[in-house]
Amino acid sequence: MTAVVAERDEPTGALVRPYAVTRGRTRPRLDIALEALVETTARGRNAFARDSVGQGREQQYIASLCDGRLQSLAEIAARMQLPLGVARVLIADMATEGLVAVYEPTSFDSNDSVGTELLERVLSGLRRL
Amino acid sequence: MAHRPTAGRVTSAKIVIAGGFGVGKTTLVGSVSEITPLTTEAIMTSAGEGVGDTRQVPGKVTTTVAMDFGRISIDRDLILYLFGTPGQTRFWFMWDELVRGAIGAVVMVDTRRLADCFAAIDFFEHRRLPYLVAINCFDGMQYHSAQDVRDALAVSPDVPVVSCDARSRESTKQVLISLVEYVLTMRRQRAGAPA
Ligand SMILES: Nc1nc2c(ncn2[C@@H]2O[C@H](COP(=O)(O)OP(=O)(O)OP(=O)(O)O)[C@@H](O)[C@H]2O)c(=O)[nH]1
Ligand SMILES: [Mg+2]
Repeated sequence: MTAVVAERDEPTGALVRPYAVTRGRTRPRLDIALEALVETTARGRNAFARDSVGQGREQQYIASLCDGRLQSLAEIAARMQLPLGVARVLIADMATEGLVAVYEPTSFDSNDSVGTELLERVLSGLRRL
Repeated sequence: MAHRPTAGRVTSAKIVIAGGFGVGKTTLVGSVSEITPLTTEAIMTSAGEGVGDTRQVPGKVTTTVAMDFGRISIDRDLILYLFGTPGQTRFWFMWDELVRGAIGAVVMVDTRRLADCFAAIDFFEHRRLPYLVAINCFDGMQYHSAQDVRDALAVSPDVPVVSCDARSRESTKQVLISLVEYVLTMRRQRAGAPA
């Protein structure tokens, strides 16, 4: 995912041309996993309550979507009908500015006790469903 | 955040749902998800690296891959996502991202079209992602036994092969429980502790 996206058909229902909202930037300032959780910080809430002009309307939308509600990168992209890469750039910018907190997923690639403990939580959560 | 216990670390986990075209992936995700399954798109741009077809447009080639997913809140601090793999297995770049850090995968099979799941099984074995095989019983009919399916797929004896009805919440829940139990058992074995 490096070069600037050339002419293409827009995803159905897209609000904007991909990467127009990031002014052509395709490299996020942070790598964010698909399932990483995003939550608006107090600073983010205040910033957008005070002034909606300074920030892009996509950022404002993300801040309201994740206000008091954990949403993954994938959910934010899907709900905004933005390609994943675009949402990732926007959220990384917001995280850098302290407007949102990003909680990384737990990786199960290694055999550590943190993963095992979490799996036990997942298992009992599934049994309760 | 006042509404969360300070001890808990907020985090997420994911399970990958794979299988051939039309095997019931979206149905399975939808039957347990707390949200209507959502679809997200990824765009891949490659600068003229032959994508394998004859449309060698000078310059850039863009491909859009769609995948759907659902969500289960395990508790306040832990959210589990279920990601369906993109229909076409040639979009490997997306599969890489999907399996990274995942708990494991459910490979759904329709016994009338067994070969459709070969690519997914090969991929997970190559990436050492634990998986189980879930036979989706369309119309309650299972045309082959779990043992037949196991033999036909030549999966190792420890890989669970279960049957399910993707439309049933209870059945899907059992499939996910079986997968997580299997992953836990394997981890405990590898860690040398009694299972
Ligand atoms: N009778 C029956 N129909 C099912 C079952 N599972 C899925 N279907 C139907 O089969 C069709 C395909 O199911 P999907 O869940 O869309 O399959 P999919 O794997 O997501 O399909 P693609 O994303 O297109 O590859 C739908 O019409 C479902 O309603 C089942 O267990 N029994
Ligand atoms: Mg589907």
